[in-house]
Amino acid sequence: MPLNKAIKKVLVIGSGPIVIGQAAEFDYSGSQACQAIKDEGIEVVLVNSNPATIMTDRGMAAKTYIEPLTAEYVEKIIAKERPDSVIAGMGGQTGLNLTCELYDKGVFDKYNVNVIGTSIASIKEGEDRDSFKRLMERTHQPIAPSEIVTTVDSGIRFAEKIGYPVIVRPAYTLGGTGGGIAENEDELITILSQGLHLSRIGQVLLEKSIKGWKEIEFEVMRDGAGNCITVCSMENVDPVGVHTGDSIVVAPALTLADKEYQMLRKAAIDIINSIEIKGGCNVQFALDPNSFDYCVIEINPRVSRSSALASKATGYPIAKIAAKIALGYNLDEITNAVTGKTYACFEPAIDYVVTKIPKWPFDKFFGAKRNLGTKMMATGEIMSIGNSFEASLLKGIRSLEIKQFTLERESSKNRSTIELKQRVIVPDDERLFDLAELIRRNYHLEKLSEITGMDLFFLHKIKKIIDAEEELKGYTLDSITPGVMKYYKKLGFADAGIAELIGSTSDEVYKKRIQMGITPVYKMVDTCAGEFEAVSPYYYSTYDDVTESVPSDRKKVIVIGSGPIRIGQGIEFDYCSVHCVLSLEQNDIETIIINNNPETVSTDFDTSDKLYFEPLTEEDVYNIITLEKPDGVVLQFGGQTAIKLANFLASMNVPVLGTQPKYIDEAEDREKFDDMLEKLNIKRPKGKAVWSVKEGIEEANRLEYPLLVRPSYVLGGQGMEITRNEIDLVRYLTDAFKKDSDNPVLIDRYLGGRELEVDAICDGTDVLIPGIMEHLERAGIHSGDSISIYPPQHVPEHIIEKIKDVTYRIALELKVIGMINIQFIEFKNELYIIEVNPRSSRTVPYITKVTNVPVIDIATRIMMGETLKSMGYKTGIAPVTSTVAIKIPVFSTEKLPQVEVSLGPEMRSTGEVLGVGRSFTEALYKGFVAAGTTIPKPGSTILATICGHEKDNFLPLAKRCHDMGCKFVATPGTASFLEEHGIPVQKAKKISEGVPNVLDVIRSGMIDLIVDLPAKGNDVYSDGFKIRRISTECSVSLMTSIDTFSAMVDVMEVGLTPDKVDVISLDDIK
Amino acid sequence: MDAQLILENGARFFGKTFGAEKDIVGEIVFTTGMTGYQETLTDPSYAGQIVTMTFPLIGNYGINLEDMEAKHTNLKAFVVREKCDYPSNFRNEMNLDDFLKEQGVVGIEGIDTRAVTKIIREYGTMRACIVSGDPDEAEVKALLSTLDNSHVIMDTTTDQVYTLNRDGKTKVAFIDMGAKDGILRDLIKRDCAVTVYPANIPAAIIEETKPDLVFLSNGPGDPLDAPGTVNTAKALIGKFPVCGICMGHQIIGLALGCKTKKLKFGHHGANHPVKDLMTGNVYITSQNHNYIVSDYTDDVEETFINVNDGTCEGIRHKTLPVQSVQFHPEAAPGPLDTGWLFDRFLKEVL
Repeated sequence: MPLNKAIKKVLVIGSGPIVIGQAAEFDYSGSQACQAIKDEGIEVVLVNSNPATIMTDRGMAAKTYIEPLTAEYVEKIIAKERPDSVIAGMGGQTGLNLTCELYDKGVFDKYNVNVIGTSIASIKEGEDRDSFKRLMERTHQPIAPSEIVTTVDSGIRFAEKIGYPVIVRPAYTLGGTGGGIAENEDELITILSQGLHLSRIGQVLLEKSIKGWKEIEFEVMRDGAGNCITVCSMENVDPVGVHTGDSIVVAPALTLADKEYQMLRKAAIDIINSIEIKGGCNVQFALDPNSFDYCVIEINPRVSRSSALASKATGYPIAKIAAKIALGYNLDEITNAVTGKTYACFEPAIDYVVTKIPKWPFDKFFGAKRNLGTKMMATGEIMSIGNSFEASLLKGIRSLEIKQFTLERESSKNRSTIELKQRVIVPDDERLFDLAELIRRNYHLEKLSEITGMDLFFLHKIKKIIDAEEELKGYTLDSITPGVMKYYKKLGFADAGIAELIGSTSDEVYKKRIQMGITPVYKMVDTCAGEFEAVSPYYYSTYDDVTESVPSDRKKVIVIGSGPIRIGQGIEFDYCSVHCVLSLEQNDIETIIINNNPETVSTDFDTSDKLYFEPLTEEDVYNIITLEKPDGVVLQFGGQTAIKLANFLASMNVPVLGTQPKYIDEAEDREKFDDMLEKLNIKRPKGKAVWSVKEGIEEANRLEYPLLVRPSYVLGGQGMEITRNEIDLVRYLTDAFKKDSDNPVLIDRYLGGRELEVDAICDGTDVLIPGIMEHLERAGIHSGDSISIYPPQHVPEHIIEKIKDVTYRIALELKVIGMINIQFIEFKNELYIIEVNPRSSRTVPYITKVTNVPVIDIATRIMMGETLKSMGYKTGIAPVTSTVAIKIPVFSTEKLPQVEVSLGPEMRSTGEVLGVGRSFTEALYKGFVAAGTTIPKPGSTILATICGHEKDNFLPLAKRCHDMGCKFVATPGTASFLEEHGIPVQKAKKISEGVPNVLDVIRSGMIDLIVDLPAKGNDVYSDGFKIRRISTECSVSLMTSIDTFSAMVDVMEVGLTPDKVDVISLDDIK
Repeated sequence: MDAQLILENGARFFGKTFGAEKDIVGEIVFTTGMTGYQETLTDPSYAGQIVTMTFPLIGNYGINLEDMEAKHTNLKAFVVREKCDYPSNFRNEMNLDDFLKEQGVVGIEGIDTRAVTKIIREYGTMRACIVSGDPDEAEVKALLSTLDNSHVIMDTTTDQVYTLNRDGKTKVAFIDMGAKDGILRDLIKRDCAVTVYPANIPAAIIEETKPDLVFLSNGPGDPLDAPGTVNTAKALIGKFPVCGICMGHQIIGLALGCKTKKLKFGHHGANHPVKDLMTGNVYITSQNHNYIVSDYTDDVEETFINVNDGTCEGIRHKTLPVQSVQFHPEAAPGPLDTGWLFDRFLKEVL
């Protein structure tokens, strides 16, 4: 059937903030869907609470709402916009659940909205555990023995029947949240009670463990006429037991014979035919490595992380095709954009090996329990393409930015063989390296396969790399022949990896390689293994014979992407890269993107004129530069990943656009930076680098407590702490010098003032500040974790003037061409500077959307030679809007066992939401709703546990809550304090006082909000830490900063309810 | 051993041989199937050809003696980017290298198979050779001119008549032009007693046995090289229901007065979309052919077309019980989407 002409206006629901299990892939699929619908001349209404996304850009939809993803707000939007259709399944699990909820509430019926694409009935059949089981029986598909349980008792009974270990899977949760493998009854009780709590419908599936079977996935498409195709098969290198989001995955499946492959393919197609999917669907199988036995693990009737990976791995745009199917088209009516000639009704043939490796956040979370299981913990992933598994894997490893260029890892080398063995059995993020080390020690591969469940095929391939590494150690730079060099390059080794193994430098290896004339060629990703002529500009490198990438003679610019999503460097940078490309394209410049993140819009081959899916290392980037000879390279938008390349590219005489590497270095190097501030007479918190505990104490006495202490060699607030007394300081310094005595510790005076932030654009003469952002929480909390307010609400005029002046002077002094980000503290009426980033920052998408200033477009054009004046802007702050927009961070700490959750100098949030309102409190109210924070009402119960120095600040807030009719529960100290001051409170026992204690109170579900103001975080043995973890695991809203709570009380007093606020589209932000 | 793959257009690729080590000449084609190399190796339709695998890792799951499409291989040589030395699968019985050695088939690895594929795509199927020396242009030309693939059907057909599943319900006379075992398996699964005849069988012999159905198999090469089989088919059409697959389909087309045409580089793979013109449904099919049926006569109607290039994928006679398809419903290797076609073929008999 061709286009359904009855469809005129479609509502697309996004996936909300980036959290673990739901990352940038839904920005990619959502953007693609919006574009596909728009291309048909159909109006799109979009709702997503996440301002960092490309899909929420002006122009992406006819009307865009950055509003909470709750049924109330979406109903308001439907009432206002009156779409005739809604497409489910583009916004991940969040979008899917919300669509089901709206359907169940009769909202679609009320407003005559049709669900297009896969129907609600089909979705429920796939998602609901019970009907899934029936579906499997109907389609004669085997599943592991399982039962739906709704109570812990029935769970224990069933587990006794089928035997342990048992897998626990809650219904309707993200990325396996609340799931796990229980080895015994105790573990089952813990995991199951949590899972029951987290499931939207209180359902949990218990399943016999098929741990160790191969995990195989298929991405399948089906149209309204019943035509089915599979886009891609994927094989998890880690077998069943590790969540697919935490597994190394290869595409296509590499160890299946045609019989096994076709058996599973047919099963996947039979299933989606049976539930009449209209669009894309993911089907996961477990396959017994020793027979044809298999089980269906689950199906996801929507686009997913796997579908994004499959799209990038094959060049087949699943989300786009799914959107077209929803609009009525059949697969054989949709053209394959890659070939321009063939149709979407075919199965991609690929002629390379794709590897996906997860990027875990454990570098940020030292204390985290790193064991991988059925609950996903990775924040992002990289994808690499090579035409052997070895090359693909080695490329993948260097894409992770973990300073690994080989499989030899220091930490694994230092482990005993026994320890290594234990570590590969219970996998964590270092399993690959531990495994490699065992192989290096000649541990038997057969045994290794047995204890890990990893297929011998992969182990042999890894052994091949290790053998090559060992052999290479016998060479020197001089003894390497061209034949040997070519062998290693073909196998996937980086120059840096070869250098490490032969004791040379990557620069020397590079020079030698060039002398030998060994350079990579670039092959195309074309969906058809070369069978048809393709027009897709999508390439990867190999060391084969013939290249397919032909540089044009147009003026061209390379934009360096930001790699995998991680805490501190998220989707925001992809937003910036994509906008830079769009701006360049408008100015008729050829654009080339280099990136390695499969989840993003930047790696959609439609985004730029050319896409190189490659690691972002010096070598890989420079190889492309050598071929393309661009007029310039843009680093400003790729976060720290791209900025890191600045000095190298300068040394190779590559033209870097915008701020020059020399000045980037000046801002990044602390000493040079201090000199500059001194010269400009700009204040910063007093501080010094100290080299010993003694020196530290002396310096502390000079500076006065509290002090901000941090190691000098790390970025992003890692290891940063606020110390309030000498005891804490000595403990910190002793610990820091024990870990690393070669570097100083930086001690700064901690100023507990108001934090302010600007992103500014400079052309060398003028400096435009699109807007000033005020942080709700006082300094000391990482800027990425603070609630950020635009326009500023509490900042005096003279401070604003001062910000303007300081920004202007710094930008000019650093000769910034393009973007700069500066963070300030306003303390006792003075302005101090705390950080300067000579690049685009994570607040750019937010500030762009809320100020209406096209920040990246302006910055890009400046880099290309235009001036602010020529574009009609001048020095100063852009006019402020009357609407207030507040960005609220969102955390994924419930996914990361044993991780500290209180706010501090280290960034922990994974995503953000925006609240847009007519007033400060309205915006904040919506922001809290969007972030899923409970706003207490009269009668609500607040649990308080407040440290000494915050008690006095807490009291007036507690009084106000009490006056509003809120009840208090508190730990003994806080309880006595509140009682003394006339606030009735129920006392909760400390953990050490036995049961029921404060943790039981939280578990009981009677608490609506927890206010826990800790003296300091990160002490896993403290009650506070446990309280915070329990609150996170039980999904009870938690506030750990007095400032956040104070703002919350303001919001509570205004007494807003959904019916009292309007939805505001981007167009209404003025 | 170091060796060269030299194409008729002059392109040379350097690699290492495995399997049998000898100089060889053949017609070079590529197949895009990502699994099923063993079925490809043993598919008699590849007789006389040098097969290039576009997927770079071949041999991963080894060789088992269950997934054979014929008792032995018929192709000339096997071109891969990387052969697997340590295959892994519960049914693995041999590795690729040893299997090719035993079968006397030349393998060559380390080849930029994508570059080879692109040449074939651009210039069409051509002759090629794999040689261990370094012949000059004239020597290559001379070597390539020795290739004669006109008897590949007779090379691969059965040399004696035999019957499988003798007690089966439906009596099928099966003309073997280099048949894949998969087709026989599908017929036997549906309770057919299948008598297999050589490609040059006179029609009279089949007529005498009064079969319920005459089935023409797949096979290698050009259908015009099998005029005898075309005549046999002509004689049987109208007397018995006649069905065919691939080469069998082309023979039926010729017997009905249609023509055949050579495609530039053929269809070889497991991902070709085919549209059923009766229902409008599209199926993903396994394909391996260089020729197509064209110029239909008035009695013939098209039943399936290729979605990508619109070429003929199936025909039937408007009034007589005659139908055939170009693609492979028996899969092996490839998708199982069109296995129901065997039921449709057998319906002709009822």
